[in-house]
Amino acid sequence: MSRADRGDRAERAARIRNVMREEGDAVARNTREHNAGRKAAAENVPEYEDLRTRARELKEHAIENLPELIEELRESVAANGGHLYIADDAADANRYIVEAVGDADTVVKSKSMTTEEIEVNDALAAAGVEPVETDLGEWVIQLADEAPSHLIGPAMHKERAEIAELFADVFDLAEPPETAAELTAFAREKLGKRIREADVGMTGANFVVAESGTLAIVTNEGNARKVAATTDTHVAVAGVEKIVPTVEDLQPFLELLSRSGTGQELSAYTSLLTPPVASPVPDFDAPAESLVDGNGDGSGVAADSDREFHLVLIDNGRLAMREDDELRETLYCVRCGACANSCGNFQSVGGHVFGGETYTGGIAGGWEAGIEGLDVAAEFNDLCTGCSRCVPACPVQIDIPWINTVVRDRINRRKADASDFAFLPDGLAPDAEPAGLDLGKRFVGDFATLAEWGHRTAPLANRLANAGPVRAALERVVGIDRRRDLPEFASESLVEWFDRRGGSRVPIDEADRDAIVYPDTYTNYVDVERGKAAVRTLEALGVHVRVPPLPPSGRPPLSQGMVATAEERAHDLYAALAEHVDAGRDVVVVEPSDLAMIRSEYERFLEPDSFERLAGASYEVLEYVYGLLENGAPIDALTPGDDSTRNRELAYHPHCQARTLDLEEYTLAVLERAGYDVRTSDTECCGMAGSFGYKAEYYELSIDVGEPLVEDFGGTDRTLVASGTSCGEQLDALLDRPARHPVELIAPPESASR
Amino acid sequence: MSTETTFLESLSELDVEVTRTTPDSCADAIADATVGEAIGVPLQDGLALPPSVADRPTNGDLETADTGVTPAAFGIAEIGSVHLESDRAGTELVSLYPRRHVAVLRDADLVPDVATAIDRLGPDLRAGGSGVVATGPSATADMGSLVVGAHGPGEVHVILVEAGQ
Repeated sequence: MSRADRGDRAERAARIRNVMREEGDAVARNTREHNAGRKAAAENVPEYEDLRTRARELKEHAIENLPELIEELRESVAANGGHLYIADDAADANRYIVEAVGDADTVVKSKSMTTEEIEVNDALAAAGVEPVETDLGEWVIQLADEAPSHLIGPAMHKERAEIAELFADVFDLAEPPETAAELTAFAREKLGKRIREADVGMTGANFVVAESGTLAIVTNEGNARKVAATTDTHVAVAGVEKIVPTVEDLQPFLELLSRSGTGQELSAYTSLLTPPVASPVPDFDAPAESLVDGNGDGSGVAADSDREFHLVLIDNGRLAMREDDELRETLYCVRCGACANSCGNFQSVGGHVFGGETYTGGIAGGWEAGIEGLDVAAEFNDLCTGCSRCVPACPVQIDIPWINTVVRDRINRRKADASDFAFLPDGLAPDAEPAGLDLGKRFVGDFATLAEWGHRTAPLANRLANAGPVRAALERVVGIDRRRDLPEFASESLVEWFDRRGGSRVPIDEADRDAIVYPDTYTNYVDVERGKAAVRTLEALGVHVRVPPLPPSGRPPLSQGMVATAEERAHDLYAALAEHVDAGRDVVVVEPSDLAMIRSEYERFLEPDSFERLAGASYEVLEYVYGLLENGAPIDALTPGDDSTRNRELAYHPHCQARTLDLEEYTLAVLERAGYDVRTSDTECCGMAGSFGYKAEYYELSIDVGEPLVEDFGGTDRTLVASGTSCGEQLDALLDRPARHPVELIAPPESASR
Repeated sequence: MSTETTFLESLSELDVEVTRTTPDSCADAIADATVGEAIGVPLQDGLALPPSVADRPTNGDLETADTGVTPAAFGIAEIGSVHLESDRAGTELVSLYPRRHVAVLRDADLVPDVATAIDRLGPDLRAGGSGVVATGPSATADMGSLVVGAHGPGEVHVILVEAGQ
């Protein structure tokens, strides 16, 4: 670990700090508003999940058949009298566009991320053509000479006052507009004039229909309509992945797109254009002349003969992504921004930190890796912590955390090949990664090994770990921030405690069920108490419990992009559990991030039958308790919340990955049945996200992500409750009081065990 | 709930004004719904624009008129949208440039939801047609808070023509 790496960490921390200070408030307000809008909109549509499934299937089908669809579209566009061009890359696209624009003085543009991607504005300017952005957010960005910070809100990071200042400055205004309404009116007037004067209009397209050559363009401002209808030449630019086969295929996408982006049922304008269109071209240089031809009777949709249409579809790496089994899913993206809005980290920093050359938020990992390459993706890949809150948000069910994990793996391996540490022999480390893997990633990824050693030498390890020189070395060498408390290793592991106690207190022949309590790394070596509470709770409800030593789940290595290691762990854990599952034993998991591995990520590692069997037999501990109660186990066997020695009032932060699996409902139901009054946070992620908050360059960001929890729970004396280890650590750091695992609030004391 | 009731509720949620009228009173209803200088696109099926609405707008009128009156091919009850065709008579431009848009729609042309609307549009689009599903006024949130009336109209008024009783 070189001086350069330490410098990089400090520099990155400083950059994040600056962006959070300058842009964080505006980004947080806007993203959270959109995110809340999306959730409310989704709840209002009973068939929402069916729509997502249909949209997903349509995209899979369309990308699968993309070459055929391109040919069909080519014929449709030609039959309509337009021109289709498939551009290999940005330079190719820009060359064609500059030619199509010809001798026009200005091109008025409506919002298009794809034109940002190919930097068409620079190409136009170089050819002596002035590009004018007409989307108000894009225009602000253009005037400020900045990059968009969000897929649908390019200037989302700017406060109103900043925009007012920008206008006053650029246009040298004596009495500048101030309110949002004044700013909008000012922009409308300025841009309206530019649109009326322009000869060429450029738009993007949200969808392109192969069978008819129809473009679907979804906007709120009306500028796409104006740009396309007012000019006589319409150039539409879109990624080649935007094609769908038929008009009818648009339905699920249109139902989902606005709801996912902003929470609107439909955006103000869904233009469905099959250019060239029939609308007459207004000639503002002849204001007294009739808009409509002498014989215009309003009937018919024959194209206006003055109109010209070019559709430029961009490959620029997409067709290679289509061949890439891991990146292909990225092409299903409909650019709604829901992954950004639902992301704790994004809500704090926005797209100027969590983004690449063009694209922003979770899905940018796939886009930038595929279009720009791993160098660009590496700039922000760490920002995805795998919390998975974007997974239920994505209207086309893209597994965004998985894409970012794969990209991380590729970045790791490329870096490892070039590393000074590559002289270490492979096989020395307890993982399946190349020798030169980044030490910080390896330190976290191999936490299971570290924890086992820490537990064996607990008194010494704990004393040493928190000693000043060691903390300084940890920060220097592996990047663990010294402001974080390190986990304290237990002298007696959960497995050892269970053996010493003599196994289960419920004999197998008297038991209603037979269950393994999975001793995950944290529960086994660090927070043993919650494991004991799980054992006692299950026994109180008539379960014969077993706590055998079992391999780790692979969550830490997966979080570091160490996919090969995670896969090895999956096979090991399945092998160790298979016979238990075959014997009809349930697998009860205390740590939600480990359960999420078993229920989600293992699908990628295990044979389908194996995955189904293990996932089907595994339960989060409160989910299991809920099931036992539903099946007639007596709630009275558990410690009631109205026990006078306990605080009846709880503040519960559900673990992000558990929430994605819809597990928080069980915890809530059990705690309420036990007589507790529970207040649940709606913060997507606590900010700690496993190891993320321990890293020196991200410590301040992780604290900022947790800020809503401070606002929510800071003023109460409710007992803090969190199922996730890292959530507990984070709540303790933020609020300076310990969080309990929910199972500890219902577990009878050891003395009461049968 | 009838399709019409659903449509009226949706319009109200979008802050879109509505007048329910009959074919005979349609012109008067339109006249009442316009403000300032009004331009329009001729209506079909025996519905007439009032004399106060210029039915042969000039290019310059697009810039100066306060109200644009156009037919709407159909409405979507569930959401409160109206469909405006990109026709040779200039419906797209007349509905877009003035700050107030008055859309004239027959209740027989209401469809229940987006899925039905797409089914209805299929043949038109395959035949080369174009148009816009317009849902409420134009809006932007790019200037720091939600502002109604960006590049398109800030006010929308629907004239719902009910078949003569």
